[in-house]
Amino acid sequence: MKKLVLALAATTMMSTAAFAEDIKIGTILGYTGPIESLTGPMAESAELAMKEVTDSGKLLGGSTVTSVRGDSTCVDAAAATAAAERLVTSDKVNAIMGADCSGVTGAILQNVARANGIVMVSPSATSPGLSTAEDDGLFFRTAPSDARQGAVISDILNDKGVKSVAITYTNNDYGKGLAESIQSNYEASGGKVTISAAHEDGKGDYSAEVGALAQAGGEVLIVAGYLDQGGKGVIQASLDTGAFDTFVLPDGMIGDSLPKAIGSALDGSYGTVPGTDSKGAEVFDANAKAAGIKPDAFSAESYDAAALIMLAMQAAGSSKSADFKSKIMDVANAPGEQILPGELGKALELIAAGKDIDYVGATAVELIGPGESAGNYREILVKGGENTTAKFR
Amino acid sequence: MDILNAFVLLFNFVVIPGLTYGCQLALGALGVTLIYGILRFSNFAHGETMAFGTMAVILFTWLLQGWGVSLGPVPTALLALPVGILCAILLLLVSDKLVYKFYRKQKSTPVIYLIASLGVMFFYNGLIRFVIGPDDRIFTDGERFIFTARQFKEATGLEQGMSFKMTQGITVFVTVICVAALFWFLTKTRTGKSMRAYSDNEDLALLSGINPDRVVMIAWILTAALATIAGTLYGLDKSFKPFTYLQILLPIFAAAIVGGLGSPLGAIAGGFVIAFSEVFVTFAYKRVLGYLLPESLEPSGLVQLLSTDYKFAVSFAILVIVLLVRPTGIFRGQSI
Repeated sequence: MKKLVLALAATTMMSTAAFAEDIKIGTILGYTGPIESLTGPMAESAELAMKEVTDSGKLLGGSTVTSVRGDSTCVDAAAATAAAERLVTSDKVNAIMGADCSGVTGAILQNVARANGIVMVSPSATSPGLSTAEDDGLFFRTAPSDARQGAVISDILNDKGVKSVAITYTNNDYGKGLAESIQSNYEASGGKVTISAAHEDGKGDYSAEVGALAQAGGEVLIVAGYLDQGGKGVIQASLDTGAFDTFVLPDGMIGDSLPKAIGSALDGSYGTVPGTDSKGAEVFDANAKAAGIKPDAFSAESYDAAALIMLAMQAAGSSKSADFKSKIMDVANAPGEQILPGELGKALELIAAGKDIDYVGATAVELIGPGESAGNYREILVKGGENTTAKFR
Repeated sequence: MDILNAFVLLFNFVVIPGLTYGCQLALGALGVTLIYGILRFSNFAHGETMAFGTMAVILFTWLLQGWGVSLGPVPTALLALPVGILCAILLLLVSDKLVYKFYRKQKSTPVIYLIASLGVMFFYNGLIRFVIGPDDRIFTDGERFIFTARQFKEATGLEQGMSFKMTQGITVFVTVICVAALFWFLTKTRTGKSMRAYSDNEDLALLSGINPDRVVMIAWILTAALATIAGTLYGLDKSFKPFTYLQILLPIFAAAIVGGLGSPLGAIAGGFVIAFSEVFVTFAYKRVLGYLLPESLEPSGLVQLLSTDYKFAVSFAILVIVLLVRPTGIFRGQSI
């Protein structure tokens, strides 16, 4: 009897203490496609977090974490689903860091993540539609929903005393969702939207679109498009005909190439892009540069997404998605000791010791509602032909 | 004063952009119509020919800019235009020798030519992306405006501004010169007359001793020149992106068919019909009416007939109507 008890005790201890294992995280991003210039640094940032955890040797009794990359293509849902399926069934990843664009993220969530019960943390899918998607508690994102960006832009417009605006958006899920969010927020706060018209990307001539926008009028023109695409064409045509002088630029329009292409005429325009002035952002930038990564848009969010997955595993004492999915919100939010980038080892130790942590990370992560970032935005002002930071919201 | 304001408004947003776009379409449609008249097929590779010529112009413009050559207020690209035209001529003559000549010997039907030109289009497509890439290129330099909306307002004291871009001015000017030169060539010179004869009746032309190879060669040369000029003007006014040249092929064909395929005069008329109908139908007349009507009648809506999303639909609706009512086009070209 004594022996049996001992043996039982030994087996239970073994299962709780957990053997060191090789944990795999699928890094599914659009390495080819329209945002391929961003995904390189995004994946490297996520892998930086994994390396940090592996080197610390403190995750689940010294487990190592390796990244398995898969290409989401950003636009092709079938290809993204196939890539995710491969990672889950053949590479046996424990969780997915991704995907990047809203459309493919939704497809992977429904077809692969829910079917196999795998946790997904997206660093950059911003469509408001994902907030209400069925996810069985498996989907999180470190990027804010565009519903939040609409509120921020509406606040900026009211602060600047703008009474009426015209909106033009790129004709896809991102543009339409963002335009609707801006319109509903702004109208709720008493502003007037004179027209909300779509434009197609990749055309040479936008004079007809600008003609209609100009006739509707408005103090400023909100351009919810892409900076290398139709968004630039609309701005150029508006300036040429004298239809609008000031433009509001949401995140798809923020980049160095736009002020460079348009020139000084863009001075005085303003916009928003996800970002924080938290200490975490600085620390992350320094760490990333030291590791040879050039941080770009959504790199910090990628680091945070990977970090949250691993911290939640530690908190649950298991690398299985079913076990740790409920822990992600816990490690991301207060109460607990605040954790900055580069302190993942310390965080793992604290969790192992049974203490609470509040992961702040590179983007001041605060998960709300169905598991998405509350959203911190950088207000951009174009000045002297450059994007400058006016303030943080 | 209100009437003046309404006119200025219309000019700024409808007439000037429509005029410029019409000129660009007309030059493109002239090339299509020439090939149709002489070689009797719809050349689908025309949009890519425009892109290829423009690409050559851009490359030479960069070289000139590197040497520090400039034309002052006028874009340097105009100086590079002859080189671009030469490159396009070379390309078209080589494709004629390698591809179309074979089908001429076979006396193939127009449909076979058309499919062959589709293949040629894809080849040009790849060639252009191989040389200059798929990205947006801006190669305009010099003065941007002849006068800006603000200058116009200050000079006239009107409420509404009107701007006139340098590239718009150049487009109209160059188009007038090209069209005049082309018509002079077709009606006054011996070669031009032989081309028209060949187009009207091939057998009679051959009997009267017109050399068909020469006529075909000159048709390609003229087409290359027109395509390069049209493409460069379009690129200067907007920006050069290979993909947009594939798209502009549709309105160009619409223009050529509406005007009457094979009729140069029709190509020009068709270009302007398509361009103006696109802007006129999708323009919002709210403010124009606001100036013209008494205050009590001022419209509260946008007074827009069709959303700008349907811009392309307009030119195709016109195309369908013309084909139904008058299949030969406005100027009685060949029916297809």
